[in-house]
Amino acid sequence: MAHVLVVTSGKGGVGKTTSTAALGAALAHDGDRVVVVDFDVGLRNLDLVLGAERRVVFDVISVINGVAKLSQALIRDKRLENLFLLPASQTRDKDALTEEGVAAVIAELRDRFDWIICDSPAGIERGATLAMRHADSAIIVTNPEVSSVRDSDRIIGLLDSKTVKAERGERVDKHLLITRYHPARAARGEMLSIDDVLEILLTPLLGIIPESEEVLRASNVGSPVTLNNPLSAPARAYFDAARRLRGEEIAMHVPNESKGLFGKLFGRKAA
Amino acid sequence: MNLLKLWQRRSAPVARERLQLLLAHERSARNQPDLLGVLREEILDVIRRHVAFEPDKVQIKMDRGRSVSTLEFEIEIPNGIRISMARAS
Repeated sequence: MAHVLVVTSGKGGVGKTTSTAALGAALAHDGDRVVVVDFDVGLRNLDLVLGAERRVVFDVISVINGVAKLSQALIRDKRLENLFLLPASQTRDKDALTEEGVAAVIAELRDRFDWIICDSPAGIERGATLAMRHADSAIIVTNPEVSSVRDSDRIIGLLDSKTVKAERGERVDKHLLITRYHPARAARGEMLSIDDVLEILLTPLLGIIPESEEVLRASNVGSPVTLNNPLSAPARAYFDAARRLRGEEIAMHVPNESKGLFGKLFGRKAA
Repeated sequence: MNLLKLWQRRSAPVARERLQLLLAHERSARNQPDLLGVLREEILDVIRRHVAFEPDKVQIKMDRGRSVSTLEFEIEIPNGIRISMARAS
């Protein structure tokens, strides 16, 4: 059954697009049919991170406006045949995304894919609320830093109130993905620890992505880090997170850090 | 000295405490009417009934403390303005 997943954060620059690409590629690599949808109209970047920027002809707005069929706008990844990209429009503004249009596109994608991963823009405006609107579950990308944690808390509030599921009285499953984590700095008390973040946000942990030069290297060459260097620490962490999304039980690794009470509690409940 | 320096570098506990305090307030305010906005309008309405002042000469400050919070209204009123008491009118 198709699963709609939103990757969101509130704050910009925390790793939503990187994580969308890495998780999408990891899920597709393991055999699922995956589409990643860019909701950042006017500031699209998922195409660039996936190395598909020169192949974009139509986009999600053209599909909504009836200019193109969905099959014309979908771009198949060059490396993984079951990974697709639905790009955002770079020239239109956010108002071109309509509630009905998005609902129709998501419904059509549900027939064709196992995973529909919606890459949310930063902020809490139209693009971000429409990206989460139809989500079955959500990944909240958080850096261990005060402004990111605060914005994540705000986004969690929106997921619990502004989504179709929430309005029906159901719950959107929420998963926390902590990115840009420095285990050594956290151990020295210079950075919020995993336990600190979990205790504050009270959301199950999906994964911990360590800060790594591999992430920048992968985006430089337009390849998800999970494909560019599958054995690197961030790639392994993304592969583990993808398996947890599929319901597998995978032990949570926190390099150089003994796991505290909250890590145990929420680590186990992840996915 | 070195130990003290090492301790001072531990800023994460400060971050954690600030976040816990802030989010407790923000969560309780969620899905509630904007209390500060309502207070502001009603308090200014009462004062406006008696004293004329420029809306942009109003400063509102809030300081949230652990046990006590303060709400401070500072309204600049030009000298020589007649203060009209309600009963005088």
